[in-house]
Amino acid sequence: MKKTLLSSLTALVALATPLAAQAGTLTVKGSDTMVILVQRWAEEFMKKNPGTKVQVTGGGSGTGLSALQNGTTDIAMSSREMKEAEQEKLRARFSTTGVEIPVAKDGVTFYVNETNPVTALTVEQLKGIYLGDTTNWKDVGGPAANIVLYSRENSSGTYSFVKDNVLGGDDYAANAQTLPGTAAVVNAVAKEKNGIGYGGAAYAKGVKELKIKKGSEEFAPTADNVKSGKYPLSRNLFFYLRNKPSGEAKAFIDFTLSPEGQAVVTKVGYFPVK
Amino acid sequence: MQEQSLASPVPVPTLSAAARRRQLKEKVIAGLVTAVAFTGIAALILILIFVAKEALGLFTDPHARQEASLSKMFLPQVTRPGRPATFVWQPVSSVPKVSMIPLFIGTLKTTLVSMFVAVPLGVFGALFAAEFAPRRLREVLKPTIELLAGIPSVVLGFFALMVMASFVQDLFGLESRLNAVVAGLGLALAIVPVIFTVSEDALTAVPRSYREASLALGATPWETAWKVVLPAAAPGILAACVLGFGRAIGETMIVLMASGNAAIVSARLGDSVRSLSATIAAEMGEVVVGSPHYSLLFFIGVELFAFTFVLNMFATSWTRKVMKRLTGGAG
Repeated sequence: MKKTLLSSLTALVALATPLAAQAGTLTVKGSDTMVILVQRWAEEFMKKNPGTKVQVTGGGSGTGLSALQNGTTDIAMSSREMKEAEQEKLRARFSTTGVEIPVAKDGVTFYVNETNPVTALTVEQLKGIYLGDTTNWKDVGGPAANIVLYSRENSSGTYSFVKDNVLGGDDYAANAQTLPGTAAVVNAVAKEKNGIGYGGAAYAKGVKELKIKKGSEEFAPTADNVKSGKYPLSRNLFFYLRNKPSGEAKAFIDFTLSPEGQAVVTKVGYFPVK
Repeated sequence: MQEQSLASPVPVPTLSAAARRRQLKEKVIAGLVTAVAFTGIAALILILIFVAKEALGLFTDPHARQEASLSKMFLPQVTRPGRPATFVWQPVSSVPKVSMIPLFIGTLKTTLVSMFVAVPLGVFGALFAAEFAPRRLREVLKPTIELLAGIPSVVLGFFALMVMASFVQDLFGLESRLNAVVAGLGLALAIVPVIFTVSEDALTAVPRSYREASLALGATPWETAWKVVLPAAAPGILAACVLGFGRAIGETMIVLMASGNAAIVSARLGDSVRSLSATIAAEMGEVVVGSPHYSLLFFIGVELFAFTFVLNMFATSWTRKVMKRLTGGAG
């Protein structure tokens, strides 16, 4: 009895809320990197719009995009751009190529000890270091000392990001020490004179952030460089929809792009797009 | 006492109601105790069945069998073209590499270091406490060391990570700050109390008459402790070491925090290591349920269980042999 009363009450509230005209649930599925962020957005959004339920599930970018093609999710979250084959499938079934909305940016910073004279490396040099081909700092313009590698556990999103974007999909060197959490990496590098590690920029305290050399220019992992895309080790985090957002989906996406939504991005450790 | 009413001098051929009730009560209590004992065993068996069942996917699923065959787990594989075959643990990769050898080596190294430190410390500490320490000191010593057993392993791991790592690195001039030595020393902190407590109990349980006889024959207190009491307590001390070993091999948090977790195949103790238990803890969080990687982690669990089981079996049979020799010699 109580339950029906409650549900009818919520239905009433849902009807009363103008944005949630078609009361119901909004499903968001995809990238594991984005789950925490979107979950946080969903919580904030549902606090403001009690009539709408936002369901967030992970599984990976590919899973999210194929769910979009199957029509089993409203929004797909993806940490990479949609491939042409995926667009083809979407067109075949829904005669649309989908709508792409960048909602946040993700960047990875490499750290070294503060006493290390090296200030900038190219992506190629980083690749050599993390594959175990370059083992001495003097090969990249540092002192003659062996490089001590710090990495993240293979369950981490940053681990995959570096693997895909720096190592070109190859494996990390076996002697890369894997630590639980970016804070542990920062702490280790702060104490290890010859160490190098990576993680989100927000964490870098007590260590030196490496600039990335590209041609003759060097880019620091600042919010500006990440936003403009100049910093090479950053990527967009996307929402994909079948059609132009409307109704609840539009309300949710508008919220994520609002100053309030973008503040959440910074809090979670990513970079805002706006 | 209720028994007083039963101690009546008149012989009663049939049981009184009170006696029958008492007998029933006794039976119920015995049944309960048995049930509790069997619950423990049942829980153990159920855990083993569950873990083994999850690991079974490795052998039944064709995809998993191809990705993580026994030869891939235990034999060297060519991982990069043009390089010699090696043992590599990289389960999250376009071509997963699932060699268990680096993990075995990692567990072996940390366990050996910890036993190498903790056994002498624990046993000699216990010998001192049981044989030589003045009573006042002993009353302080024992609870203090036992208190060490109450420190959560996260705290010990944190201590090893923050304090011991830098100290050990400076002391030995090691290249990597987190390595088998640091993890082993951290582990030793956790198992010294175990070995100390059980050894101390075994030593104090040695009958006074042994000591008196030895001293009466003119042996010094040291000779008595070393040649009489210690051998007499050998089975108990071995049990203490086995308990400590079991804890060291399965201990996760300290190793996860202080070992660096790099799956390297090398004989040097100064290298970073990745242990079996830490691998489960680190990778279980994000693994896809039912995937080969998932089954693989459960398979590691089965291996850990098998290790401790076999070790316990050997230790028990050895203890029995020693007991026989000791009592046989005495009789």
